Amino acid sequence: MFGQPTSPRFRAVLAGTLSAGVVFGMAACGDSKGSDSGSTDAAKSSIDCAPYTKFGDLKGKTVSVYTGIVTPEDTPQINSYKPFEQCTGVTVKYEGDKSFETQILVRAKAGNPPDIGIVPQPGLLKQLVATGKAVAAPPETEANVDKFWSKDWKTYGTVDGKFYAAPLGANVKSLVWYSPSEFKDSGYTVPTTLDELKTLSDKMVADKKKPWCAGINSGDATGWPVTDWMEDFMLRLYGPDVYDKWVNHQIPFNGPEATAALDAVGAYLKNPAYVNGGLGDVKSIASTTFQDGGLPILDGTCEMHRQASFYAANWPQGTKVAEDGDVFAFYLPGKDTSAKPVLGGGEFILAFADRPEVKAFQTYLSSDTWANIKAKLSSGWVSANKGLDPNNLTNPIDQLSAKILLDPASQFRFDGSDQMPAAVGSDSFWKQSTAWITGQDTKTTVDNIEKSWPK
Amino acid sequence: MFNTASTTPEKLLQMLAALLLFAAVLGVILFFAGRLGGRRGDKWVGYLYLLPVVLMLLVGLVYPGLRTIYESFFDAAGKAFVGVDNYKTIFTSEDQLVVLRNTVFWVVLTPFLATGIGLVYAILVDKSRFESFAKALIFLPMSISFVAASVIWKFMYEYRPDQANVQQIGLINQIIVWLGGKPVQLLIESPLNTFLLIIVMIWIQAGFAMTVLSAAIKAIPDDIVEAARLDGVNAWSMFRKITVPSVRPTIVVVLTTIGIGTLKVFDIVRTMTGGNFKTSVVANEFYSQTFRADNQGLGAALAVLLFILVIPVVAYNIRQVRQSEAR
Repeated sequence: MFGQPTSPRFRAVLAGTLSAGVVFGMAACGDSKGSDSGSTDAAKSSIDCAPYTKFGDLKGKTVSVYTGIVTPEDTPQINSYKPFEQCTGVTVKYEGDKSFETQILVRAKAGNPPDIGIVPQPGLLKQLVATGKAVAAPPETEANVDKFWSKDWKTYGTVDGKFYAAPLGANVKSLVWYSPSEFKDSGYTVPTTLDELKTLSDKMVADKKKPWCAGINSGDATGWPVTDWMEDFMLRLYGPDVYDKWVNHQIPFNGPEATAALDAVGAYLKNPAYVNGGLGDVKSIASTTFQDGGLPILDGTCEMHRQASFYAANWPQGTKVAEDGDVFAFYLPGKDTSAKPVLGGGEFILAFADRPEVKAFQTYLSSDTWANIKAKLSSGWVSANKGLDPNNLTNPIDQLSAKILLDPASQFRFDGSDQMPAAVGSDSFWKQSTAWITGQDTKTTVDNIEKSWPK
Repeated sequence: MFNTASTTPEKLLQMLAALLLFAAVLGVILFFAGRLGGRRGDKWVGYLYLLPVVLMLLVGLVYPGLRTIYESFFDAAGKAFVGVDNYKTIFTSEDQLVVLRNTVFWVVLTPFLATGIGLVYAILVDKSRFESFAKALIFLPMSISFVAASVIWKFMYEYRPDQANVQQIGLINQIIVWLGGKPVQLLIESPLNTFLLIIVMIWIQAGFAMTVLSAAIKAIPDDIVEAARLDGVNAWSMFRKITVPSVRPTIVVVLTTIGIGTLKVFDIVRTMTGGNFKTSVVANEFYSQTFRADNQGLGAALAVLLFILVIPVVAYNIRQVRQSEAR
């Protein structure tokens, strides 16, 4: 490459230059996004530090938070930490990463976990605790959870009888999106039982309309919306107890209950008369992204779309999401009006360190103080925290979700696939559901999922 | 160490420390090298210079490699020894057999088609008036990342339903509609979808093949070409008897290089279908088993399989490169 002879000194310099590049690159990898202290809060002076005095003075201390909550939802999240930071003097380092769910495992196993991880699935929580790097929640946090959350929520944050993670946010999945004006014009009424839902769908077909639209494409997570459908029907047809058994594999995945539940979903999603409004035939469900799945409602080519409360963020700018607006959602009814099963999801705060400032931050996040601050800052966010005042929520769909979550008659159940082992919950259940939509029969589908369950 | 720095001055300081550390290590090596004088010493100086590289290879390549092989004999959690069960799964489970089938499609089709197209194109544009422009056209995809190329082609294959007021936005389906057909969900129909993904890889790699082969064609000595012309060969014979034999070593290198790249293909599958609809290949399956299904044993076994498949191609490739350099 270079003419001979080359002096050793020149070679050394060359080698040095090359390696400098490598080292520089490595240094750049260690980059992390600090909480953006640049954007100042207008409400800075009006913060009442009284609720924070119990945390003491944490000046100069740092807590790192690692999460899958990225832009734009990260802004309210970061801002909701500000009062805590200002009153205690602690610095919260926020790091959002889209591939959080795989990276957190890698980091925990490699011995490089953050102080706090915001974990969106109980199944992942179990995996993380199994690495031996997680630490149990401090008593103050546990007291908060006992006070502000129902028992089932605490169970999701508990692994092997030990309480680790307090819940943070929540979402409601048992919702059906529709156009209130279209319902009014066509004389449709919001159904209150599953039978009424069926009758309504048939009525729409008789009116020469496609009642349902759906989309399950989501990159390598394609198929997950079908798992939500199936869980919702499992919960409705057989009740919470059988649902829990099914999720924990005390009854087989290919048993009569699960088969019937998937068939019940098939009566909607695989019924060519019912789908896929504005998007194509049954198979187009597989190629439509979940973000696009409900949009035909706005065009008037589809009537109903079953998707979680967080779908509110997917409507184009300018869409009015309200009971008297362009779109709104109704509660996916139970088998009859007496039962109110609710399928939902949420995040949990798992700590990997037990320094005082980390414990204080955990306790802060599990308090009603934080929940109400967060509620005022964000839209498209709710919590099952009983201390949350629904009036603080800014948009109607969040208020609806909070109403459903905080209703004492509701039987809340966490998303089942999020609790199943990863080999099922984030692999075969998705893949087989996708194959099911594109033509595979129900029996093969449930059999294949059962086969993939880790022994 | 690398996670502690958050501000720019801290990072610069860290970089400086790393540079100093590097200089110190280099200094030690040079110091010892300097003390080894004489003819016999030269050999030892050579070994000494190799030492850092060997160490880095041991830490960064050999150890992880051996560790992966070791882990491939363990269960999903990496705790219980399961023998060759993971390998059995690869060759018996229905899902994994589809993965293997797709990998075979990829490896057989991509290198030959990409090289073939590149070769023909190189010959066609050789010495033509628009040579550089024509070459730039086919070489451009090479400069696009796999993920970007996949996104582009995803739009090409995009499907919109056959309904009033709905327009196709994908070129292929629009052409089908213009020709009077009905739009097809191209990325869902198996095994068609795998071939459609292979086209993306060929689109990227043909430019590489063309560039390398074009250089080789230009290096064919003029006297051989002229002698053949004087003997009155036609274009076909010229191609078959002069051009191809003359650039044969280059063709092999191009074929094997693309072959290695194809075996490792991951980005295209992950971006376009996520491995759904029976399009997964070994590299993609290895990722989803390890990181999504949390089945480390099977993931490791797939990685080992990929490694075993690549070795002969790499070995052949290196031999050919050496041979063509020896000329």
